[in-house]
Amino acid sequence: MPKDHGIGASPKRREDVRFLSGTGNYTDDINLNGQAYVHFLRSDVAHGRIDRVDTAAAAAMPGVVRIFTGADFEGVGGLPCGWQVTDRHGQPMAEPGHPVLAQGKVRHVGDPIAAVVADTYEQARDAAEAIELDIEELPAVVDMKAALRDGAPKVHDDLAGNLCYDWGFVEENREAVDKAIKEAAHVTTLELVNQRMVANPMEPRVAVGDYNRATGDHTLYTTSQNPHVIRLLMGAFVLGIPEHKLRVVAPDVGGGFGTKIFHYAEEAFCTFAAKAVNRPVKWTSSRSEAFMSDAHGRDHVTKIELALDAENNFVALRTDTHANMGAYLSTFAPSVPTWLHGTLMAGNYKTPLIYVNVKAVFTNTVPVDAYRGAGRPEATFQLERVIDKAARELGVDPVALRRQNFITEFPYATPVAVEYDTGDYNATMDKLIEIGDFAGFAARRAASEAKGKLRGLGVNCYIEACGIAPSNLVGQLGARAGLYESATVRVNATGGLVVMTGSHSHGQGHETAFPQVIAEMIGIDESMVEIVHGDTANTPMGMGTYGSRSLAVGGSAMVRATEKIINKAKRIAAHLMEASESDIELKDGQFSVAGTDKSVAWGDVTLAAYVPHNYPLEDIEPGLEETAFYDPSNFTYPSGAYACEVEVDPETGRVTIERMTAADDFGNIVNPMIVSGQVHGGLAQGIGQALLEGCVYDENGQLLSASYMDYAMPRADDLPFYTVDHSCVTPCTHNPLGVKGCGEAGAIGSPPSVVNAVVDALQSAGRDVTHIDMPLSPARVWAALQG
Amino acid sequence: MSEVRIVVNGVERFGVVEGRTLLSGFLRDGLGLTGTHVGCDTSQCGACVVHVDGQAVKSCTMFAVEADGRSVDTIEGQAAPDGTLNAIQQAFQDHHGLQCGFCTPGMVMSAAALLKENPTPGEAEIREYLEGNLCRCTGYHNIVKAILAASGQDVAAIAAE
Repeated sequence: MPKDHGIGASPKRREDVRFLSGTGNYTDDINLNGQAYVHFLRSDVAHGRIDRVDTAAAAAMPGVVRIFTGADFEGVGGLPCGWQVTDRHGQPMAEPGHPVLAQGKVRHVGDPIAAVVADTYEQARDAAEAIELDIEELPAVVDMKAALRDGAPKVHDDLAGNLCYDWGFVEENREAVDKAIKEAAHVTTLELVNQRMVANPMEPRVAVGDYNRATGDHTLYTTSQNPHVIRLLMGAFVLGIPEHKLRVVAPDVGGGFGTKIFHYAEEAFCTFAAKAVNRPVKWTSSRSEAFMSDAHGRDHVTKIELALDAENNFVALRTDTHANMGAYLSTFAPSVPTWLHGTLMAGNYKTPLIYVNVKAVFTNTVPVDAYRGAGRPEATFQLERVIDKAARELGVDPVALRRQNFITEFPYATPVAVEYDTGDYNATMDKLIEIGDFAGFAARRAASEAKGKLRGLGVNCYIEACGIAPSNLVGQLGARAGLYESATVRVNATGGLVVMTGSHSHGQGHETAFPQVIAEMIGIDESMVEIVHGDTANTPMGMGTYGSRSLAVGGSAMVRATEKIINKAKRIAAHLMEASESDIELKDGQFSVAGTDKSVAWGDVTLAAYVPHNYPLEDIEPGLEETAFYDPSNFTYPSGAYACEVEVDPETGRVTIERMTAADDFGNIVNPMIVSGQVHGGLAQGIGQALLEGCVYDENGQLLSASYMDYAMPRADDLPFYTVDHSCVTPCTHNPLGVKGCGEAGAIGSPPSVVNAVVDALQSAGRDVTHIDMPLSPARVWAALQG
Repeated sequence: MSEVRIVVNGVERFGVVEGRTLLSGFLRDGLGLTGTHVGCDTSQCGACVVHVDGQAVKSCTMFAVEADGRSVDTIEGQAAPDGTLNAIQQAFQDHHGLQCGFCTPGMVMSAAALLKENPTPGEAEIREYLEGNLCRCTGYHNIVKAILAASGQDVAAIAAE
């Protein structure tokens, strides 16, 4: 029988009621009295020198309040980068400035040049068209390798070139890896592109700045995954506003997928302008603006070499990646191709020698930063593709080759600096083969072939490091922030609880899942627990939600705070029952004295805490409210095995996903329904990357895919029903819930299996195809079929 | 500026709008009905779907003045007056057919229009009908399942959860 409450149950989501009835409170739903609207005039060239910005005519247009240009932001801090990578030679990365509004130069299509604040949005937009602009277009660099050539146009004139860093990991392994590859029995080499993606949460970004001249208080309402991070970055580094005078609110947020982690110019602008014009200032991104101003994702070009011995054991792995940073460093951009990518290159396998080289490059494109999975999909894709290619070259079963090289003993210290605590990769592979009905594949292939179609089966494994992250470790790796999480648990007099968490839900269902944990711990109904998040004014300083960290880190903070609550409540109960504290037991919301029939209810104890008439005031403070900050001692390591079955139409090259199967080990599960939903969404994004999506620039830096008419988002009829399973459980060993995180797995684990399946289909027809770059559009697949 | 008179969720509403004001903008900014969402500027995403005289319409494809004298139903009018969700809304909750909730109003309104046209659509018909509604969270699995369930069809065979 499935549980009907507490950990492991799937109660219906409480947040759904407001979303289904149109009463959510998204940032664009917030309108403040007297608010003005801002429209940004953005660069339509990729690279140019700003010779003149004449706002006189525009300023005289109806409704215009004020027009801002880069000159208004001289002396204001630029947007900071939150992570510093040290290169192979021990030098810090190149770190150019990132002004709120362009100063002197524009560096990508979409770079904001001026901002018009007006009474209405339409007036702001009309006036922006009247700004006279002289921009001398300069040669742009888009291709990363071209950007590194001598004489290439420089994105930043004050830097030596376009190289952000040349990172080697682990540098001490370099020679040994080179030697092992040179001497190996077999080496499989693959060159591939992990294409640029746009996260595209359905809610575009919005910012509303407000300022109270009487008190000096600033408020920013924004579409953020981490309002405390925005408050710290914007307050301390951009605008010079101390935290106690700056409140950041991220109310209902319509999806994030990474791109709402970062601190953006528009947030700083609205906060700044609200004070400057003494009115609330609102910006709502159009989708077109989103394409040219939201941080993009991925954009790696990689060569990977896998060396095997004569018995097909992996002996060494070497990768060489160019990673696009875009025109500026977005908040956490430098960490993605390095610490979220290089550290994952061991995957599920006991490869003893690994060397990862990453060259991060500036180009005249939108900045690139974390997108669902962030570095880990890039690592998984190249590793699982090269293993598949090796299996085909060696004529061995891809599943058997993987199994032969699986890590089977834990804890396992990889050669790329992380230690996996638990896992059972054979268990998820066994489960995959069962639920994916591998036994029936041959018959399904025959049926497809009878219809004139090709059918392929692709598998892959993945591991990710999430539950981000141990602060002392990431500090050594260059993070300029801690990555703990916080929770305050407030028990009210009549026994209800409010949890104020630093985690932020933008679709993950924290309001439903977090109470399940507390209900389990105390033995009360979930309806007695309310979750508050998203407002720096009423939550403790926390780092927000990304990197599949909310339950593993934020949930752990909540558990620690609740443990403190229970300990104090037991002391109060001991007093009420005149018993020894060590004899008090809590079960089903009742405190009892072991071995007796004495008990008091949860509500009696909470009432005593706030109405302390019969209360040991000399020993215990009244009230029942506790805060905990939890800093994990390690990452968590979810893992799994995925399979994709495709049909390929040889006439058109069109690929259809016939089956998509995921067997994951997420450790313990709090809400299976929500976990499955997270995997579904991740699979759709992974399939989208594999088959449909891709952000395209032309050689001049023009963004060709700047709307949903040009950027192929996955639609309902592009996708199948998925089969997902998370019954393989090896609990995380170092957090109190034994949970690992599930938010990114689907997006990390699925692209390689799709591509492996298409290659398998084409090879089944005798085509000598070993790789096709994503997205596997009909044109690309058809071209591969033609040889 | 033009005056418009539109029956919205059964109540006659008046407004003064610019010629270029979209119906989506009038609903959100003019009437404060912020349940209708705007997720794109090319009429692709479907977050703004409402019913105009009973037909599903992307409210960003229509000027407010074009709705003058007509009847518009939005997500705010779907539940019973006491807040009880209708069968489609309830199926979305029962089957976890939403995550961030941003596309949800458009999905519910499109699903209602579909079931009016076709009371028991098959999976492929549902997927095809939803071509104009983008969701980035759910991978559509539970949306399709919820619509099948809302139409009274057995969804037990579809991979649970």
